[in-house]
Amino acid sequence: MNQRPPISRRHLLLGTAAAFGVPAVLAGCGSGSPAPAPGGTGGDLGTVTIGSNASDEIPKKTLETVVKGFTQATTKINTVDHNTFQENINRYLRGTPDDVFTWFAGYRMQFFAEQGLAVDISDVWQEIGGNYTQAFKDQSTGVDGKQYFIPFTYYPWAVFYRRSLWQDKGYEPPATLDEFTALARKMKADGLIPIAFADKDGWPAMGTFDILNLRTNGYDFHISLMAGKESWTDPKVKQVFETWRGLMQYHQPAALGRTWQEAGQSLAQKKTGMYLLGMFVAQQFPEADRDDLDFFTFPEINPAYGTDSIDAPIDGYMISAKARNADGAKALLKHFAQPSSQNIATGLDPGTLAAGSKADTSGYSALQKRGAELVSKATHIAQFLDRDTRPDFASTVMIPSLQSFVSEPEQIDPLLASIEKQKANIFR
Amino acid sequence: MAVKTRRYSARDVTVLVIGLGVAIAVNVSVIWGPTLASIGLSGTDWNGIGPIEWIGGENYHDLSAEYPPFWSAVRNNVLWLGFLGLVATPFGLFCAVLLDRRLRLSRFYQSALYMPVVLSLAVVGFIAQLVYSSDYGVLNAVTGLGVDWLGDSSVNIWVVMVAAGWRHVGYVMIIYLAGLKAVDPALKEAAAIDGANERQAFFRVVFPTLRPVNVIVLVITVIEALRAFDIVYAINKGRNGLELLSVLVTENIVGEASRIGFGSAIAVILLVISMGFIVVYLSQMFREGR
Repeated sequence: MNQRPPISRRHLLLGTAAAFGVPAVLAGCGSGSPAPAPGGTGGDLGTVTIGSNASDEIPKKTLETVVKGFTQATTKINTVDHNTFQENINRYLRGTPDDVFTWFAGYRMQFFAEQGLAVDISDVWQEIGGNYTQAFKDQSTGVDGKQYFIPFTYYPWAVFYRRSLWQDKGYEPPATLDEFTALARKMKADGLIPIAFADKDGWPAMGTFDILNLRTNGYDFHISLMAGKESWTDPKVKQVFETWRGLMQYHQPAALGRTWQEAGQSLAQKKTGMYLLGMFVAQQFPEADRDDLDFFTFPEINPAYGTDSIDAPIDGYMISAKARNADGAKALLKHFAQPSSQNIATGLDPGTLAAGSKADTSGYSALQKRGAELVSKATHIAQFLDRDTRPDFASTVMIPSLQSFVSEPEQIDPLLASIEKQKANIFR
Repeated sequence: MAVKTRRYSARDVTVLVIGLGVAIAVNVSVIWGPTLASIGLSGTDWNGIGPIEWIGGENYHDLSAEYPPFWSAVRNNVLWLGFLGLVATPFGLFCAVLLDRRLRLSRFYQSALYMPVVLSLAVVGFIAQLVYSSDYGVLNAVTGLGVDWLGDSSVNIWVVMVAAGWRHVGYVMIIYLAGLKAVDPALKEAAAIDGANERQAFFRVVFPTLRPVNVIVLVITVIEALRAFDIVYAINKGRNGLELLSVLVTENIVGEASRIGFGSAIAVILLVISMGFIVVYLSQMFREGR
């Protein structure tokens, strides 16, 4: 009946007690605790609702399993189709959102925190901060210096390839752009399409832009460009597109009509030699072939920056400003921050890594182990273009612009001038 | 005296107020309200959350001068209208005339042509991808071509219009078939007796009697062209050569972007274009009524 008790001092005390590990029996003496849900995860903190974008089979099952281990409150997961969830996030947060919702770290989190749509959870971080490295804490921190986000899992971006194919042909992972180009040329001569490429969905090309810019101009310039503080007509940006244009002849043609899944298939079928994508490309490989999947980080372009930065988007959870059960929500976030919870996720979903530094990596697959190693070597972790900049800039300006570059790589100057003008209209 | 001047009883007034009131309230809140709100918002840079700031005509300047997808969308909307109106609709009429002549198996042809009409345009979009995809599509597989039908921005709008026309032809055909069945056969006989050949009989006698049907078909064609959205959205979210005004409105307002002011400006332009057709249509209707 009383599924969402209002926040009272009593509940706050109980919540704190529970969070600090006082046995739930103690709290159970209170009245007004709702009956446990049939699922058996009843607790004394009422009901916590979770708005989830985990609509795909594996992530959905992962979340359900992780939440089952949460006993302090009853939980209810409202799953919405992944893309629909993202597209409606504005209206969702302004309407009647769930207490806890799935979201992404970095600028994309800060943007919504700044609008007052998320709850400050610095107090939660006081407790669980030790589970994370500083880099992850930075990605969870809003522009006001407070934390709004709990990192859960993440996946690095790298250049993927099939080890067996490379062994047959005698290819070696390149360390510099010249070696990379030479390798691509060799693959072409061997009758392969060197670089799998797809941008029908609009976002995969952002990954290529990100890595080229990170390698050419470094992390700080990239983040500042994403924040609208640098000019797109800067020769530094032009250099990025010039490099990309040089590589375009090695990219899979007709990319704008292809989805990343189709490009992933071409890699799995050994029609293409390598593919720059997130670790989730593993989903396109049959179970038996997954051990054959390997990767290297995108090679060095500018020795000043080497290979110090990568894209590794972090997925996690936030509390909506309109949460009706903030105590329960915070307790749930603490549960998500536990290494044990994240290990359940990495065990079920081979395309992700645990965000917490204390998570047990012994159960990782070979690919996951290498992914974790790649991230630990990186000094800077970017979140991906559409998570490092304003959502309106990423979707209405960058997607059409990068697609127009892919179809006409010669037209760099007018394109950059156009992006700069549109940027000025958005970052007012 | 009082009885004389009171032309409506209290009950009549209540019924009138409720009847008219509800209609007016619905009309204002559902049609005029949002329309005027869009026009108002198109002069602001509202993002849906923060304060609303008036920026005048800046959105219109930005979208016409600095937003490349806008002009592609205008061009594509015009193409869409032209293609449906000048190719798909006449072809639907042609099919209807042929089928009306009671060919053998005409029921079969009729069903085959009508079949796509029961599909939503989004579904047509999915089917189109199976046909046109450059890697696994039927078209490239059968012809051995390597054309990137959906990704090449100079080609994709045409192949998508063909897919949309596939459905439109059946729709128009069924309406014309109904119209043709209603034409009095005596007219055709009379024309034949007067020495008119088939073509003359159709264009001089039958077609003019179809005038009410023509108006309906015209309206449907315009509506279909302006509201086209689902098919391109299903294919590639209406980007890279498949831009349409309706998609840009959605992209800017509904998506994560939330550029409500900017999106409203595009919506207002779509409204102005539709108004052109509505005004022509209504003035036509009123002239007839007189």
